[in-house]
Amino acid sequence: MSVTVASGRADRGAPAFGAKRALARAIGAASRRSGRGGGTTLPGRVLLRLEPEAIARLGAGLAGGSTIVSATNGKTTTAGMIAAILAAEGRPPVHNRAGSNMTWGVATALLEQRGAEGLFEVDEAWLPRVAQQLQPRLIVLGNLFRDQLDRYGEMEALAEEWAKAVAAAPAGTGLALNADDPLIADLGRDPATERPREGTLYFGIDDHSQALPELQHAFDAKHCRRCGHPYAYEVAFVGHLGHYSCPNCGAQRPRPDVAATRIELRGMEGSSATVRVPGGEIEVALPLPGLYNVYNALAAIAAAIKLGVAPERVAAALRDMRAAFGRVETIPIGAGKVSILLIKNPAGANEVLRTLKLEAERGEGAAGIDLWVALNDRIADGRDVSWVWDADFEVLTGAVRRVTCAGTRAPEMALRLKYAGWPEDRIAVEPDIAASLDAAVAGAAGRFFALPTYTALLELRKLLADRGLAKEFWQ
Amino acid sequence: MELRVLSLYPEQMNIYADRGNILFLQRRCEWRGIGFAWQGAGPGESVDPGEHDLFYVGGGQDRDQRVVAADMVETKRAALAAAVADGAALLAVCGGYQLLGESYQLGAETLPGLGLADLRTIREEGPRLIGNVAIETELDGEPRVLAGFENHGGRTYFGPAARPLGRVVKGHGNNGTDGLEGVWRDNLIGTYLHGPLLPKNAWLADHLIKLALERRYGRRPDLEPLPDELERAAHASARAAAGV
Repeated sequence: MSVTVASGRADRGAPAFGAKRALARAIGAASRRSGRGGGTTLPGRVLLRLEPEAIARLGAGLAGGSTIVSATNGKTTTAGMIAAILAAEGRPPVHNRAGSNMTWGVATALLEQRGAEGLFEVDEAWLPRVAQQLQPRLIVLGNLFRDQLDRYGEMEALAEEWAKAVAAAPAGTGLALNADDPLIADLGRDPATERPREGTLYFGIDDHSQALPELQHAFDAKHCRRCGHPYAYEVAFVGHLGHYSCPNCGAQRPRPDVAATRIELRGMEGSSATVRVPGGEIEVALPLPGLYNVYNALAAIAAAIKLGVAPERVAAALRDMRAAFGRVETIPIGAGKVSILLIKNPAGANEVLRTLKLEAERGEGAAGIDLWVALNDRIADGRDVSWVWDADFEVLTGAVRRVTCAGTRAPEMALRLKYAGWPEDRIAVEPDIAASLDAAVAGAAGRFFALPTYTALLELRKLLADRGLAKEFWQ
Repeated sequence: MELRVLSLYPEQMNIYADRGNILFLQRRCEWRGIGFAWQGAGPGESVDPGEHDLFYVGGGQDRDQRVVAADMVETKRAALAAAVADGAALLAVCGGYQLLGESYQLGAETLPGLGLADLRTIREEGPRLIGNVAIETELDGEPRVLAGFENHGGRTYFGPAARPLGRVVKGHGNNGTDGLEGVWRDNLIGTYLHGPLLPKNAWLADHLIKLALERRYGRRPDLEPLPDELERAAHASARAAAGV
């Protein structure tokens, strides 16, 4: 099947593709006018129903080709950084910026935006399908962590699907891969020659001072992708991301082309890093917290270099991005402010907890930080909430003044915190999002941190928007 | 008094946050002044049947489960059989439950199991059995509900000597057809309710603590009641998620 041909088979039927496009657009506009939301998915859903090959057909119209970004954690942020870099170059991409990352979100962006090139974050499970449709110019892959096992299945099985998708991509497709995640790095190995695939750029961390003191509980990639023997780790930075090798077959972490060689983390304020790039070094200042966002920035830098942007200009664009991201992260509420940090799986939650630990150790947080944690179990969160027992909430034991637990599984969140050793009299349970937020605002000493799962984040943003405190997310 | 726990393959069989069960047992012992000793036994390591009174095995990815199945039969089967025959408690969850049986089918292969329960796990056409689940069991002498989450591709069927842990109230259970869930023989318990099952069912945690202490000290102890308000709310929340 050819997927890059923009005319042919489908044009023989009626109505023509143009009419289907117009219909889907009109439905999206009507949906937004009705104020019921859903504008980031509905037009794409309609279009794909009318024309299953719509992504291929519209994607083929992008003269500059498409970039696909996927990962368990950080795909929205990474794609946002790449978009900011391209925009600063005068190349604003067609981009599913609201984070709607299944086929219908990609189709909606293609339908409603104009631009010379595409940039799409894609859900892990949908990556093979979207890559096959778009025939991308570049695939950027960040990490694979255990996440929503009820939906995605096991990481190893997902890694196999990704390997097939990469193998099926045309020879000219570039790759930007995380050298520190063995599941990802191995995708750059050509199984026929055992050599790195042509056009692969690796990124990673080369600053040993950022190593974890010990391996975390949610440690996912244990076995060599080539021979099945357990990996040996010299250091780990985030979950199973680190410096590894196979003592049996000698498989090694590839030397990263884009590498953070000196990193300074400053809690919620952000971080700075010296980054080695092909032919030199750049200084990067990030407005986003945590080592996980350093990885996102490295992915974005590698991607931008592959897309032809000069490294110095990448650094400048990341610096200038500060304001836009800062507004999303911290919002004034009541007499204080709330900083929002998504948690959705053990590896991501562990990084958020590490960042909050830094905050708790600074002046303002010395009396203990205030938290609002919302655990939902809707389909987009994963129905299974077992994962909270794999996240290391213990790192904040003794550092929390008060926590309000919310969401559809609020009592189970509270129980997890009790068994992490948090005093029970500092834990409140209020499943309702609005009521619990009010309780958190009333009880907080100034600033507090909101840790919602994905659908709880959407509810929180809607609530803040309804109160005039933040823009609605699909605008 | 001391609760002595051995986790089998804690590095391999931990995919659904199985460590939550161990933490839950540990805290409930500590709060009652009961000692808590924990060890893990990985591939190649032998097991002393008299050293521990509660054995735990969780769920793993297919690749890990294949390694574990062979090693378990080779290095641990005899000791585990002896411990269970001598009254030790064994809780096997998800993949660990599958490995209790006579055999376990993985792809085209049929792996030998521990043979501690008269059951077989096979692959059948159809989707994985995934979702919130609630079962009713008389493990504790009276009908009680266990609530949790299941996610398994394999279907488990009993031979004539096996009896279930409970009856499915909501969810799929052993195979999605016969309404049975888990296996129960003396102090051996296997179930598809995976990962942190004990935090959702504090009564089962206390039941296991009692069984293990009885084996060590010859008498089933009365456990000091704990302020279990959050535990009861979590149980209710897990039941409600299953629709019970």
